[in-house]
Amino acid sequence: MANLTVEAIELTRMYGGRAAVSDVTFSLQQGQVLGFLGPNGAGKSTTMKMLTGNLAPSAGSVRICGIDMIENPKEAKALIGYLPEMRPLYKEFTVDEYLTIAARLHNVSGKHLKKAVEHAKERCGLTHMSKRLIENLSNGYQQRVGIAQAIIHNPMVVILDEPTVGLDPIQIRDIRALIKEIGQAHSVIVSTHILPEVEMVCDHVQIIDKGKLVFNGGIDVLKQQRVGNKLLVGFRHPPEAAQLAAITGVAEVEPADGMWRIRFQEGTQPHEAIVQAAVQNGWGLYHIAPDQTSLEDVFVQLTYQEPETAADLAKAA
Amino acid sequence: MLNIARKELKSMFASPMGWIILALLTFSFGTYYLNGVNNYFEVMSGSIRPAERIGVTQFVGQTVYGLASFIMLFAVPLLSMRLISEERRSQTMPFLFSAPLSITEIVVGKFLGLVVFLSFLVVYIAAMLSTLNIWADIDFGYIFANSLGLLLLVSSFAALGLYFSSLTAQPIIAGILSFIALFVLMILDRFFAGDPTSTMLKFSLMRHFQSFAGGLIDTADLAYFGLFILTFITLTIRRLDADRLRG
Repeated sequence: MANLTVEAIELTRMYGGRAAVSDVTFSLQQGQVLGFLGPNGAGKSTTMKMLTGNLAPSAGSVRICGIDMIENPKEAKALIGYLPEMRPLYKEFTVDEYLTIAARLHNVSGKHLKKAVEHAKERCGLTHMSKRLIENLSNGYQQRVGIAQAIIHNPMVVILDEPTVGLDPIQIRDIRALIKEIGQAHSVIVSTHILPEVEMVCDHVQIIDKGKLVFNGGIDVLKQQRVGNKLLVGFRHPPEAAQLAAITGVAEVEPADGMWRIRFQEGTQPHEAIVQAAVQNGWGLYHIAPDQTSLEDVFVQLTYQEPETAADLAKAA
Repeated sequence: MLNIARKELKSMFASPMGWIILALLTFSFGTYYLNGVNNYFEVMSGSIRPAERIGVTQFVGQTVYGLASFIMLFAVPLLSMRLISEERRSQTMPFLFSAPLSITEIVVGKFLGLVVFLSFLVVYIAAMLSTLNIWADIDFGYIFANSLGLLLLVSSFAALGLYFSSLTAQPIIAGILSFIALFVLMILDRFFAGDPTSTMLKFSLMRHFQSFAGGLIDTADLAYFGLFILTFITLTIRRLDADRLRG
């Protein structure tokens, strides 16, 4: 348990009488990348603000590497790098000036200051922008400066609120690689709307909806959900649905855009049986592929399903 | 804390605002200083009775420091209005809040940044008046008392401006509000001039500056300015803390 970097215990935040975040409990270990998902207004940013000490929780506590955020905010904050949703950039400064200020505020000592700034710029691909005013940078470069600012003091925990917004595809790829790299030695929490991104960079996923944690588990659990147990099959001479359903292992058959979606029973693999039947009866098989539920579907399923099934899933995870 | 002050100072000089205000103030102080020197002999040769004759330090100092205290009333709100409201408007507050700093350090740092900027002007005025020493034997004690008074006065302005800046996300509103508040505090002694025993008079910033202007350093006035600054800094800290608590 020594390498727990973030612990959130029963975090609750009330706005007026409404709970923006209620009873969120999770923990993160060193070397993990946590993806934070949720529809708009679900409480992602509020949770992140509480984690970074920008907002005092109404109840519950946050511990960063065992240091309580409320009791020792200075020590705890020193371990965090945070990029809020709105980039906190002073536009009247150049990139170098701004990063120097960021490093100084995070207690980087004078000796290492230059090195820290150079290193952060290198990692975020900003080296050739050093002397430019932040105001004059493009959206994507400003975002990079924001990320550079969050990692400049080499924090144990990096918290990024929607880091890939406004970046071009190549930059997104770079940033994802960067997140992965940071995630190896430290912990990263990333919030995002882009679901494939979660799959690419995160090894842990949390889905929050209406202030409550509806899913908390490894990415593989989510992936399993996604691949599912369905086949999409196309025939040139389609048989009766009943004929298909008769094949052992097939649980359900339903038509889908001129093809058939075949769901099979738990623990069976009727792929071969289907192909054999198709060849024997001359159905003219031309398409057979796993029917992937998109991550979006899983997401929608999780955020809109009945509360008890959500709880089941959370347990399964 | 010093890092915040440094950052504020840097951003003051990164925008044209800081330079323009410095230039304008330097220009007006310089003009008044020259006028003071020019008029000195004229006025003094006109005054026959010895009681009317005052030293050159006091004569020129009065004009320059009188103008300075008045002009700072406009200048300080212009500089202080950005301190916190600009951070709110451009959403940079989380940058400071998530750094390992207490809110007290953030607020005091910002205050110090502005005071250091303003003290450039105070030092500049003192240096300008000291040049009189080349021709005359001047009263350095008088200049010291006035500089200290002016520094305390503008620090009080800055503390109040900082508080108003923490109330809103619009720098202009913060500027106007602090200007009005300062103006009221300045002219309180005019309003209550009829009743010299009124307690309201005690709140007037200008009245407390007056004794410094006369070359007198009074602990009561030092305490007044000290408390004034402390009050508004505390209020600002509480205001920002409320942000964190209430969101």
